[in-house]
Amino acid sequence: MRPRHLLGVLPVLGMLGGAWLADRTEPYVLGLPFILFWMLAWVVLTSVVLAVIYKLDPANRSGE
Amino acid sequence: MTALLVVVATVLVAVALALRARRGRDMDLEQWSVGGRGFGSVFVFLLMAGEIYTTFTFLGGSGWAYGKGGPAFYILCYGSIAFVMSYWLLPTLWRYAKRKGLLSQADFFTAKFDSPGLGVLVSLVGVVALVPYLVLQLKGLGIIVSETSGGRIPYAAAIIAGTVVLAAYVTISGVRGSAWTAALKDVLILVVVVFLGIYLPLHYFGGFGPMFHAIDAAKPGFLTLPAKGMSPSWFVSTVLLSAFGFYMWPHSFGAVYTARDERVFRRNAIVLPLYQLILVFVFFAGFAAVLVVPGLTGSDGDLSLLRITAKTFDPWFVGVVGGAGVLTALVPGSLILMTAATMLAKNIYRVARPATTDRQTAVLAKILVPVVALVALYFTFNGGDTIVSLLLMGYSLVTQLFPAMILSLCRRRLVNTAGAAAGIVVGVAVVAAFTISGATLTGLAPWLPQPLKDLNTGVVALVANLVVLGLVTMITRRHRAVRGAPSESVAA
Repeated sequence: MRPRHLLGVLPVLGMLGGAWLADRTEPYVLGLPFILFWMLAWVVLTSVVLAVIYKLDPANRSGE
Repeated sequence: MTALLVVVATVLVAVALALRARRGRDMDLEQWSVGGRGFGSVFVFLLMAGEIYTTFTFLGGSGWAYGKGGPAFYILCYGSIAFVMSYWLLPTLWRYAKRKGLLSQADFFTAKFDSPGLGVLVSLVGVVALVPYLVLQLKGLGIIVSETSGGRIPYAAAIIAGTVVLAAYVTISGVRGSAWTAALKDVLILVVVVFLGIYLPLHYFGGFGPMFHAIDAAKPGFLTLPAKGMSPSWFVSTVLLSAFGFYMWPHSFGAVYTARDERVFRRNAIVLPLYQLILVFVFFAGFAAVLVVPGLTGSDGDLSLLRITAKTFDPWFVGVVGGAGVLTALVPGSLILMTAATMLAKNIYRVARPATTDRQTAVLAKILVPVVALVALYFTFNGGDTIVSLLLMGYSLVTQLFPAMILSLCRRRLVNTAGAAAGIVVGVAVVAAFTISGATLTGLAPWLPQPLKDLNTGVVALVANLVVLGLVTMITRRHRAVRGAPSESVAA
């Protein structure tokens, strides 16, 4: 297990954990109930996390 | 009737495009599904974003937002988790497939386990899982035709007409569909959904915040997960089940092989989650319908998007929305129909009778198109499920291939042919038993704690699958040496 593999667990924990932690409507963010905002935020964060993993992964370094 | 005429015109344009573009770039299910296309321009962005929308997301997603509320958010989540997995899984699959020259999902299992029989079993599971996927497209076609005719064409007649159109479309456009019809569908549906998702909340409530507050006031708890039933444990098990099944569909698995190099998968994994954001607009449309067109219960929730559209706009625009909807059923539906027919001919019949020629296989696949369509038609009339429940049934089935696939990639030989086959058979049998009997965990084991009772029954099948896989592998390993080459390592 390298650090970047652990990073990959983050979005999974964020989304699945959100089913319990964020299961409420208050506070509304951008007009959205909190649970919907939470899930949407994690969709974006999944992308961010994968971009970081991509940068850290030596498999992507050799020859562009 | 104006609405129906616009829908019919859209279908004619699609068929014309399919005929005209035959000389141009053809498209198969692999190219249509995830990752088949590159990135780089605004047009490609529109195509990829529009691709998210099938009947499942368009009518099913809005239908679930309307009928179930918070639990519909699962649709937003499973893709992202599948993309995280894909970062490591797909390059590994791709390297193996490239070295062995594999073409289909069945080929993978045949090669990995050195067993053509297992390849046939996997193809069978794939075809069976594609049936509910096809049924939901037919349901969508029926709903759209019936709703845009203002109820003049009854639902049953509309479904039969839809099935005939689908089978004819597949036959006319050859065994391949047209990339241009898919492009038309992607752009049209994207424009329609984004417009509806923004306009409806603004028009009826003056904004997203006021809309959600109004829903929360009228139906407290509707926007979150309930404590029982579709509770957090249902949510988590359903997201995981769907994420595991994501790349197990015969077409998405096959799409992996078409990439040029393995880095494409890692780059796609970064971008693909962002496309899921587009799904939020269809939820907005479904939520707007909750208070504007109340009273649709059960599988009628799938009608909500068209009902609120008909209530809000002129008939010609209802026709545009319906036309976009018909294309989202027609394009994936035709590809699913082709894949199922081709798999039956190529990966099942031909393996049983190796003397079959290419020509005979192609002819058989063509004959099987209307047969598969009829089978799907039969199930369309014999189930009262919502569109989303149908897709979940398909996912429960394909996910049964996941344990054997993942374990076969491990460095140590953790599973043999007998174990893989027994696990898949038991898993599928459990899904079938739950589906046919309509049993629930609450009914079977009322003594279980609530979170366990709420688990998606597909997960129960997956656990049974894994247990049988392990036991049978251990028992048969004692009796005979494992055949085949040493297995691959998961390099990442």
